[in-house]
Amino acid sequence: MSASDHRPASQFAGSAVFPHRHLTGIDGLQPHEIMFLLDESEQWIDSNRSRDKSHKQLRGLTQINAFFENSTRTLLSFEIAGKRLRADVVNMHAAQSSVKKGETLIDTAMTLNAMRADVIVIRHQSSGAVRLIADKVDCPVLNAGDGRHEHPTQALLDALTIRRRRGSVAGQRVVICGDILHSRVARSNILALTALAAEVRVCAPSTLMPAGMERMGVTPFTDFDQALEGADVVMMLRLQNERMSGGFIPSNREFHLRYGLTLARLARAKPDVLVMHPGPMNRGVEIDSAVADHVVHSAITEQVEMGVAVRMACLDVLTRRARRVKGWS
Amino acid sequence: MSRTFALTNANLVCPVAGASKGAVLVRGETIAASGDIRIPKDADVIDCKGATLAPAIVDLGVFTIDIPACHAGGIVRVGLMPDQTPVLDEPGVVQRAALIGRPGLWIHPIAAATRGLAGQDLAEMAINRDAGARAVGTGERWIADSGVMRKVLAYAGDLGLTVIAHPEDGGVVGEAVATSGETATRMGLPSAPAIAEALAIARDLMLAEETGAKLHLRQVTTAAGFDLVRAAKRRGIAVTCGITPAHLLLSDIAMSDFRTFTHLSPPLRDESDRRACLQALADGTIDVLCSGHDPRGPEEKRLPFADSAPGMAGAETLLALALGMVRDEVITVERLMALLSANPAAILGLETGTLAAGMPADLMVFDADAPWLIDADHMVAIAGNTPFDGLPVQGKVRRLFKGGAELL
Repeated sequence: MSASDHRPASQFAGSAVFPHRHLTGIDGLQPHEIMFLLDESEQWIDSNRSRDKSHKQLRGLTQINAFFENSTRTLLSFEIAGKRLRADVVNMHAAQSSVKKGETLIDTAMTLNAMRADVIVIRHQSSGAVRLIADKVDCPVLNAGDGRHEHPTQALLDALTIRRRRGSVAGQRVVICGDILHSRVARSNILALTALAAEVRVCAPSTLMPAGMERMGVTPFTDFDQALEGADVVMMLRLQNERMSGGFIPSNREFHLRYGLTLARLARAKPDVLVMHPGPMNRGVEIDSAVADHVVHSAITEQVEMGVAVRMACLDVLTRRARRVKGWS
Repeated sequence: MSRTFALTNANLVCPVAGASKGAVLVRGETIAASGDIRIPKDADVIDCKGATLAPAIVDLGVFTIDIPACHAGGIVRVGLMPDQTPVLDEPGVVQRAALIGRPGLWIHPIAAATRGLAGQDLAEMAINRDAGARAVGTGERWIADSGVMRKVLAYAGDLGLTVIAHPEDGGVVGEAVATSGETATRMGLPSAPAIAEALAIARDLMLAEETGAKLHLRQVTTAAGFDLVRAAKRRGIAVTCGITPAHLLLSDIAMSDFRTFTHLSPPLRDESDRRACLQALADGTIDVLCSGHDPRGPEEKRLPFADSAPGMAGAETLLALALGMVRDEVITVERLMALLSANPAAILGLETGTLAAGMPADLMVFDADAPWLIDADHMVAIAGNTPFDGLPVQGKVRRLFKGGAELL
């Protein structure tokens, strides 16, 4: 099922439009549910641009950001999102404590549960860890990135950025290039973009390309120049050196030669191509500064802005049942 | 105390003599006669009421000594993997392991082929053999250095010991916990291509052929791997291979919910390889069906998938799952008993595994049709980490004998 044949979110009443308790991934979401979250996000964009950014949706609720893996941007984005909705936001930097893995992860989940958190945002270095915790707690859980598995809010903010810039996600030719193998961003984006009827191409050297990509409804490329032909959107990914053991590429220099996004290479895409990057960027490796900072093509800072709006929307939607919002109880 | 008794009114299933109706006479610790026999007056009679009577199971390659689970599954002898603490590479620990389960469970240690299973220096195979080891093995790991593996095979061959190898190229596998493919990609799990198995098998077969040693591949799980084994058997190489029910009945799709009970080593394969496993079982390529019994508690399983320990509790479900393959007509019940008892016994050099007169009275009586539900929370094993949790099965062990002594 794709966006071309999904029912509009407006046809659903109350919680029927988004019946999920948690947001652990894009996998399992229907196209109309993704569209609903994008629609919900829209309202927060203007609000965030206005002077009065404060709202009351999560007033009195406790939001715990449990980050078992280091993060700056995502943590900040979730923290700002929660605070703008007046949640009591607590950040738990588990990555810096002795809490690493093992039974402790379950213990931590039970501890958070006992503290009566109202919503928990989790980042963890292991695929599936967020789902493991979600099974143990009573409140909604938001996945802020688990291993190589999923990063759903990143995919939503990327889809929102594309939709606002291009008018629609459907029909867009999106090229995702870089370290696909280790990227949760790539997985969530593939699921979201294909669900919304975009044409998705993935590009990486074979050493960084997971098996069976075609079965996810995307076209794999190893030649970046070929992949870029006629692209509407180019999404670059960071080389995740911290997830790599052993040599997946000969050198950053060679990677840049084959897969670095330069202005010259970008000319193969459509003239109004949109360039995206989830950050943090390795300038001069997967992307040149001339592209990253391009005033017309680059949507990289806009992605960051959309991130706050998307996270506000997700926090709002997932807590509606607990807040007994009309139609959501 | 020596006892004479007869198990009568049974469906006898012997890997050698085949299936028939009849009885088994036990004198002391051994089988005195079986088949259509005359029951002596001094014998106690146990009426099996039409149940199946077969040799008790010899489970080749368990990781934990778990007597209740073994007895529930009809297992009276196990080949114990060398991956213990400490590693089975010294005569003292080998001897202790060999005696620890008696009299109810006979443990036949598989001694480490290299010191500490490190894959570098040959372990004292002859001394460990004299201490009770029935084979040598590479444990859960493969030996990366082909020169060392060649020496292991050559030296073990001199001693008449079978080398039990883990066939996965460790360089290709790396930190993988899944087989590369759609499932691993969607789940974002570290994965390795299935060809890691065939690579290791190809090397070990060439070395076995060159040295003339006996090689048992503990688990073969891929179509490419079975093709190599078939070809090797045709060439007369002394190779055997085994498998667990998990790789016959489950594909990698079973991992889709990050359920760590499906984290196995080797990992679950895709559907085409699973079908190849069934084909290899049907055509006789597979010699041994084993449980791979490796019970793991919540400390090792209630973790994110990649952080969890591989392994499953398989002893008490082995027979029931295997009988399903008889019911599905993949194999006959006689062949099943060869896979479960006679063949593993032969690999370990044990005189058991059939209903022939003179054999140890290691016997099990089971009701092949008795239905039950595999329930991870209510298993008798040390832990209930079974990937078959919730599966309805048929086949329950009713009585179990080791050397004529009743255990169950």
